[in-house]
Amino acid sequence: MRFIPVTCEDQAHMLARVGVGSVDDLFADVPEDARLARPLALPEPMGEVELSAHLMSLAKANTDASDVVSFLGGGCYDHYVPAVVDAVISKPAFFTAYTPYQPEVSQGTLQAIYEYQSMICQLTGMEVANASMYDGATAFAEAALMACRVTKRQRVLVSQSVHPEWRQTLATYVEAGTVTVTEVAGADGLADVEALAAELADDVAAIMVASPTFYGTLDDLGALGELAHEAGALLVVGTNPILLGVMEPPATYGADIVVAEGQPLGSPMSYGGPGLGVFTCRQAHLRQMPGRVAGRTTDVDGKTGFVLTFSTREQHIRREKATSNICSNHALNALAAGVYLSAVGREGLRGIAEACVAKAHYLEAALVSTGRFERAFAAPFGYEFALQYRGDVAEMQRTLVARGFFAGLDLAAFSPDDAGLVLFAVTEKRTRAELDRFVGEVSAL
Amino acid sequence: MREPLTGTLIFERGSAESRCVEAPALDVPSVDLDSALGGRARTVLPALPHVTEVDIARHYERLASANFGVDSGFYPLGSCTMKYNPKIDEWACRLPGFALTHPYQPASTVQGVLELMWTLQESLGEIAGLPAVTLQPAAGAHGELTGLLTIRAYHTANGDPRKRVLVPDSAHGTNPATVAMCGYEVVQVPSDERGGVDLAALRGLLDTDVAAIMLTNPNTLGLFEENILTITAAVHEVGALAYCDGANLNAILGKTRPGDMGFDALHINVHKTFATPHGGGGPGAGPVAVTDALAPFLPGPVIGRAEDGGFSLVTPELSIGRVRSFLGNVGVLVRAYAYIRALGGSGVTEVAEQAVLSANYLKEVLREAFPVPYDRICKHEFVLSGSALRKEYGVRTLDVAKRLLDYGFHPPTIYFPLIVDEAMMIEPTETEGKGTLDRFAEVLMRIAEEAAADPDLLHGAPYSTPVRRLDEAAAVKQPDLAWRPAEDAEA
Repeated sequence: MRFIPVTCEDQAHMLARVGVGSVDDLFADVPEDARLARPLALPEPMGEVELSAHLMSLAKANTDASDVVSFLGGGCYDHYVPAVVDAVISKPAFFTAYTPYQPEVSQGTLQAIYEYQSMICQLTGMEVANASMYDGATAFAEAALMACRVTKRQRVLVSQSVHPEWRQTLATYVEAGTVTVTEVAGADGLADVEALAAELADDVAAIMVASPTFYGTLDDLGALGELAHEAGALLVVGTNPILLGVMEPPATYGADIVVAEGQPLGSPMSYGGPGLGVFTCRQAHLRQMPGRVAGRTTDVDGKTGFVLTFSTREQHIRREKATSNICSNHALNALAAGVYLSAVGREGLRGIAEACVAKAHYLEAALVSTGRFERAFAAPFGYEFALQYRGDVAEMQRTLVARGFFAGLDLAAFSPDDAGLVLFAVTEKRTRAELDRFVGEVSAL
Repeated sequence: MREPLTGTLIFERGSAESRCVEAPALDVPSVDLDSALGGRARTVLPALPHVTEVDIARHYERLASANFGVDSGFYPLGSCTMKYNPKIDEWACRLPGFALTHPYQPASTVQGVLELMWTLQESLGEIAGLPAVTLQPAAGAHGELTGLLTIRAYHTANGDPRKRVLVPDSAHGTNPATVAMCGYEVVQVPSDERGGVDLAALRGLLDTDVAAIMLTNPNTLGLFEENILTITAAVHEVGALAYCDGANLNAILGKTRPGDMGFDALHINVHKTFATPHGGGGPGAGPVAVTDALAPFLPGPVIGRAEDGGFSLVTPELSIGRVRSFLGNVGVLVRAYAYIRALGGSGVTEVAEQAVLSANYLKEVLREAFPVPYDRICKHEFVLSGSALRKEYGVRTLDVAKRLLDYGFHPPTIYFPLIVDEAMMIEPTETEGKGTLDRFAEVLMRIAEEAAADPDLLHGAPYSTPVRRLDEAAAVKQPDLAWRPAEDAEA
């Protein structure tokens, strides 16, 4: 396949105008020793008919969420994506546009970002949201760096109840800098308030937790907020945006920075990416926030319009003094989130979240009643929960895959301390019939 | 009366009764939310829009009408490689076998995804001339961070931590920002009169405290570093490594490879070079390719292939750790794979050849109206200066850019690179026909004539866009960054 519209005749004309005999002459500035003297060793070109068949066969070699009943979560969720979401984000004027550097011809992107920011503020209760980060993990890492800029302190406390991959990403981000991370063990699947208090000192910029935690449990954010603020530190909270349809937002408990993995809001799982890094903070800390932000203003004729603003914090102006190096973000996923939240609305989101919570609690009770599992933690949970399996988890999962189920996440893969724990996520897509069938299979193990 | 295309918010559409997608009927017993959530149930619902599907369809169609994308027309934004994206790539990433898979599925149930990613790793390694590849970084700047942290880990493992990273004065703004994030001091390297790295200055800056140099080649002036082999050799001589910002890889595909030039690490903006729509700012993906010496430090997971042909996720032995959750932006990587398979080796090379020919052609046509500050064969982009228009008629490059909008073209990148006065950086890419290039050149020359005849016409441009020049100062002075319901505003 060829995607070049220039004809051979045009090429000849262009070469003549440039004054060279061949295209190779245009590479005369590449030193002889650095030239590739052979063709690239890549597979042969494919026509569209062959290519589509090839891609379809690669796609079909996977088991997808429509082939099995999946209880996999852990940061990536099988929520329903309304058809209107893909219809909107597939519009070429959105998905073939670049960063809105020329606002006069980018009002669609800019207004959509502004609306996304507005909806995220409504959802989290926070005052400012940016235009997106890469994913929840990088948003979490950037939150740590931001908390250090705000407080002019250089250490953060992170509860081990936070997603391991978020903590690993944070560790990588701070590896080379002056910020240090102290990980604090959790208790009962939650952040351990006393252990965090014991680590607090006047060099601590933030207490960083997640609610829901990696184990699906819900923290006592009020106590954590008080603890952080009394020590002059910030409270950074990772959360789940669907659950915010029914759960009191972190801002209520005094969170200073709230981040989330926004994939559940209208993005497909896509084997884990692209996701959507939701990032919010208080207005007072706006200038230390990483990433882009859209603002409403007027044009020379007094018409309402939108621009990227506060860009004096950004890498194209401040270079090495920028608040972050982020440039390309996940704008199309942010657009999807805006369309998703418009489509479900406040009642729809509440209903979806309520369905998730009800089905998760139904499954949890039913699995415990089989006698094969017991509750791992006493704390309340949203739509994801961990159970202790009485037996070999890997063997149980293998058996159930063969019967059409992804039977949760084996937490031993993340930490040897969690051997025997299985994490289940139950979205609104799971039906009672599926849950009952799964419980039946578990009972028969 | 016709409603303006933009300005009316989605919150202002529909009515309190409007609904679009409702939750499924509850088929399990309902729960008391407050007790289920341990007393944390929400008391006030978020003020999300109340709209019907037709409200949504029309709202976003209006917004789309106020947007310019590659499918709308010529988008010669320098250094951004805004090429046309084949539709089959879009179709591919939406196939359920890719879109509906979960990152924690057993590897045996995602062999198709893993095979695709493994082949992409191999292909990018071949194109880069560097053997080891991680697909994890989510964007170009994220790739820079990954590459530089990998280099840092390498020096540390050798017991030779270093302090400084050299960055040319023509570099992308992300380069110095990344260097600072990695805990290094940024040292700027001046350009010489030919637009390349000033070799004498470079030699003066190189010592055993330099960890790396970060170069874009071809650079942001669209020029190939003619002395690249001398530069990388000099860098290696003091034990430092050479990092290549791959933003301009489109220009050299199949003609030369960063690995062959002596670079040790490279990020690849697959969304630019391998045709992924830019989505209004993302997502992209920024895989990083490195030498064998750096391979053990790459972030995991990468895709491994066993002797029996099976694919799995593996973490390199001395890995710097993760730079994000899961494997990477798989949806974007599927598009890149489809694009590379469509073109094959010969087609990929042809991309660079035509991109470079188109840039040189357009530069040749435009040189009469706009001075070319660094006048050499260019690669895929070139920089013009609008300084003459400013001096003679008080017309700035910004005015020229705004006037281009009236003629239906997206303007080039302006005021970058910083070392060119009133810069205009133009990148036509290989997917524009000669007719488009000729029309664009004609319009730019007409604008130059307009500048002479009636400067105020340009100062007032644009005239035909959905909104005109926006008050950016007011946006900062009175920040309005989110809509709030009326009751909140009153409170």
